[in-house]
Amino acid sequence: MSMDRDAADRPTAALITHEDGSFLEKLEMRLRRGRFAFLAPAIVGTLSLFTGRGAVIALPYGFLLAFFLIPFLIVLKISFSETALSIPPYTELIEVVDDGFEYFVNIKLNLSNYWTILSEDTYVRAYLNSAKIAAISTALCLLIGFPMAYAMARADETIRPTLLMLVILPFWTSFLIRVYAWIVILKTEGGLLNTFLISIGVISADDPLRILNTEWAMYIGIVYSYLPFMVLPLYANLERMDMTLLEAAADLGCRPIKAFWVVTVPLAIPGIIAGCFLVFIPAVGEYVIPELMSGDNVRVIGRKLFTDFASERNWPLAAAVSVVLLMILVIPIMLFQRQQARLQEAGR
Amino acid sequence: MNTASAARVPFEPWNDPKAKPYIRIVNVTKTFGDFVAVDNMNLDIYQREFFSLLGPSGCGKTTLLRMLAGFERPTSGRIELDGVDMSTVPPYERPVNMMFQSYALFPHMTVEENIAFGLRQDGVPKEERNRRVEEMLTLVQLTKFGKRKPHQLSGGQRQRVALARSLVKKPKMLLLDEPLGALDKKLREQTQFELMNIQEQVGITFVIVTHDQEEAMTVSSRIAVMNHGRIAQVATPTEIYEYPNSRYVAEFIGDVNVFEGRLSDVAPDHVVITSAEAGTQVYVDRGTSAALGATVWVAVRPEKLDVSLTAPEQPDFNCVKGTVWDIGYLGNLTIYHVRLADGKKVTAAVANRTRLRDRPITWNDEVYLSWAADSAVVLVS
Amino acid sequence: MTKGLTKINLVALTFGFAFLYVPILILVFFSFNESRLVNVWGGFSVKWYGELFQNEDLLQAAWISLLLAAAASTLSVILGTVAGFVMARFTSFRGRTLFSGMIYAPLVMPEVITGLSLLLLFVSIDWGRGLGTMIIAHTSFCMSYVAVVVQSRLVSFDRSIEEAAQDLGATPFKTFFVITLPVIAPALVSGWLLSFTLSLDNVVITSFTSGPGWDTLPVKIFSAVKLGVKPEINALSTIMIAIVAIGVVTASIVQKRAMVERQRAERMAAAAND
Repeated sequence: MSMDRDAADRPTAALITHEDGSFLEKLEMRLRRGRFAFLAPAIVGTLSLFTGRGAVIALPYGFLLAFFLIPFLIVLKISFSETALSIPPYTELIEVVDDGFEYFVNIKLNLSNYWTILSEDTYVRAYLNSAKIAAISTALCLLIGFPMAYAMARADETIRPTLLMLVILPFWTSFLIRVYAWIVILKTEGGLLNTFLISIGVISADDPLRILNTEWAMYIGIVYSYLPFMVLPLYANLERMDMTLLEAAADLGCRPIKAFWVVTVPLAIPGIIAGCFLVFIPAVGEYVIPELMSGDNVRVIGRKLFTDFASERNWPLAAAVSVVLLMILVIPIMLFQRQQARLQEAGR
Repeated sequence: MNTASAARVPFEPWNDPKAKPYIRIVNVTKTFGDFVAVDNMNLDIYQREFFSLLGPSGCGKTTLLRMLAGFERPTSGRIELDGVDMSTVPPYERPVNMMFQSYALFPHMTVEENIAFGLRQDGVPKEERNRRVEEMLTLVQLTKFGKRKPHQLSGGQRQRVALARSLVKKPKMLLLDEPLGALDKKLREQTQFELMNIQEQVGITFVIVTHDQEEAMTVSSRIAVMNHGRIAQVATPTEIYEYPNSRYVAEFIGDVNVFEGRLSDVAPDHVVITSAEAGTQVYVDRGTSAALGATVWVAVRPEKLDVSLTAPEQPDFNCVKGTVWDIGYLGNLTIYHVRLADGKKVTAAVANRTRLRDRPITWNDEVYLSWAADSAVVLVS
Repeated sequence: MTKGLTKINLVALTFGFAFLYVPILILVFFSFNESRLVNVWGGFSVKWYGELFQNEDLLQAAWISLLLAAAASTLSVILGTVAGFVMARFTSFRGRTLFSGMIYAPLVMPEVITGLSLLLLFVSIDWGRGLGTMIIAHTSFCMSYVAVVVQSRLVSFDRSIEEAAQDLGATPFKTFFVITLPVIAPALVSGWLLSFTLSLDNVVITSFTSGPGWDTLPVKIFSAVKLGVKPEINALSTIMIAIVAIGVVTASIVQKRAMVERQRAERMAAAAND
């Protein structure tokens, strides 16, 4: 292995860059000398899109702009319009009036959807409730996931791949089926857990455990479904950890329990953060689990959004709900993105 | 070695004014942002040379090699190969091949496919391709391994596949980036000689990058010692070792003792330096370019010092006195670290020709270190 | 340091895996229950499987799901590979931050937001909802996963083999197809499989972007489960679990064999005196 500075300093070398450089550079030089020098960057910029490197970037970039970013702008736009009995069921934001005498453009920014969200108790509560449930679920995932990941990373090298496969396997099976399995277990009337507990006489048949259609069911559902997302980044992180660090800590007089807290845990923080983001962010907007498991009494924002959209057909309100949800989540999402980008850079 | 080398006339095209350089590096500069990797470099390399670029990490040797291969383009300046300007020719069109430090064998191809890859790119017909691959496998003694994948080979075998792959196209120049860096010491020494034999057989110009001075000394016809993107000295291994042109080169190649002093006598065939640091006058039987009174440095290699418990015949010149500070026994050599009166440390290496001395030199002994007039070099920078 | 499992570790693993697997195993077990009631064991039977295969509606939905998953994951692999390549190789270009944001955000974006935003896009450009819109929608989140997998593979990729190919006369374009792609092919395969499962599993984004008559299997299961527990769903779940389990176990056995074989070859090569 060489740590040659030359090698480290070399810029990302040319796989595609070779051709587009010379021609475009020359063209730009020539254009800059000519009469339309001010157009040079625009012309060269446009052309560079169609040469090697530009085209490679443009393909996924274009797709993501069209089907990821622009849709959000449309959501933002529609969140300012009013619901209407039409197809599509909302008013246009921009109205062009041309009555023969006058021609003008009307822009109607309607803030009533946001007002609804901020003033109506149900929405505020739904947001807070979702955040609370997601946070508690994340903590529970960490509580169960960390010891698992730790045990896996410390297990014998020969059985590690098997353990890893066992964690991944549920992830490959349908999420819906896994939620369904819990419904079968937790049902109040004729659920397996209650049947079992009644049969061994722990509880009486008249007073079964009511778990399904409560917040408890939602915690179970989220923790169960998202556990692999917590275990995998943690395992990846812990497995890479240099075990001699713990030996060094022991050698320097640190007891194993203390070494765990002062060496292992701090080193596992990138994995902990990644795992928490992977659980928390999607859990805030979770729809399927509350819809199937927690009944009508637990109000979360994902369901509220879906009801506004599907049952109420109030698309502008649903749009506003998702804009607010996104605003709440934008900071964790950006932190997640920064962290992932940094992890990838570190692997370089 | 073979008979050809026994009958060989000295190979010194660089001393022949009529010889035309094969590779010319003309005013080449390469910058990465603010960092100047190669700084206005000029260098001529001749056909059939085994040329080494030697220097510490970050001296620009790898960048220079990558410019020769075409992976980097010079920021300014020109690279000519056999009279043709190569500066803007992309790597896949250059008649130059490279052997990578990591060997860069294609993991999804067999040894044969790896070697045939370059020929395939040139559209060489199948029969000829097979024949040349076979030829290469014979050259590197891997005929039995053609059908293996790279991961089924040992480090030394991979290294030979990489060599075969880069030679099969008969390039005008072969670039080798730390070719032996990944091998263990014993295998490396053995492979150095193999590499020299192969170079003689194929007659291709080799340019090698290395940070290992022993390797450079062993294999090279000439060495360019580089420092901070510039060439410190270009010369044969012997010249570099015996007559370094600067303190940098003297200290980079091998161990050396350096004393600062002033020129107190200058003649065409000798100089005398008065060195306060050494506490003696130094007589060197070669002229110098520096003027009388100038500050210069005297470099003496440890093995050129004579260590003795008694004063030599001429204690006024080329002799320093000190106390033995430390002794290192290396088997073939014994290294003495001697401290002079003013605290300067001097290293002497003495060959252990006999098992026992009459009275071994030991710690805290007062010793005299002396050297011959032709052993020291005067350095002006 | 002991490499074996300490007691605490063993407890953590047992508890964790029991939590993950007991519900699934119960589901499988009760799919062979003669009785319609979940909590009453009425004897062994495969009758629910029989009924399942009579259900034209579900079979149709399963077919749509497979078609959608195959199309979306293929498209995702193409776009995701290019995106991962851009992320790994082009360290500086205008808009790179936005690009990397658009790659990572879909990994955590709540599905209701993605679904609604795509629906509003399709409505506002008047794109009739059907298989096409579903494929686009699934690709938009699956390609991120492929991009991340490909990016990590390329980051650990030895660039010098690409340079070697160019040095030996292959153009950059050819190098990508002859050297880079074959070497990272396993990453593309796992990316495709990952996309396939994600697509096959999706309820929320599908319900936003599907048109009438294009219900997928998860959407059907979802509506059925909302109405209550049904033994047919147990049977269906068991079949799906079995397919995945067989697939994953086979894949890992094949992989392990290849690894063992490779290690053996490496040991032998290292032992051989050259």
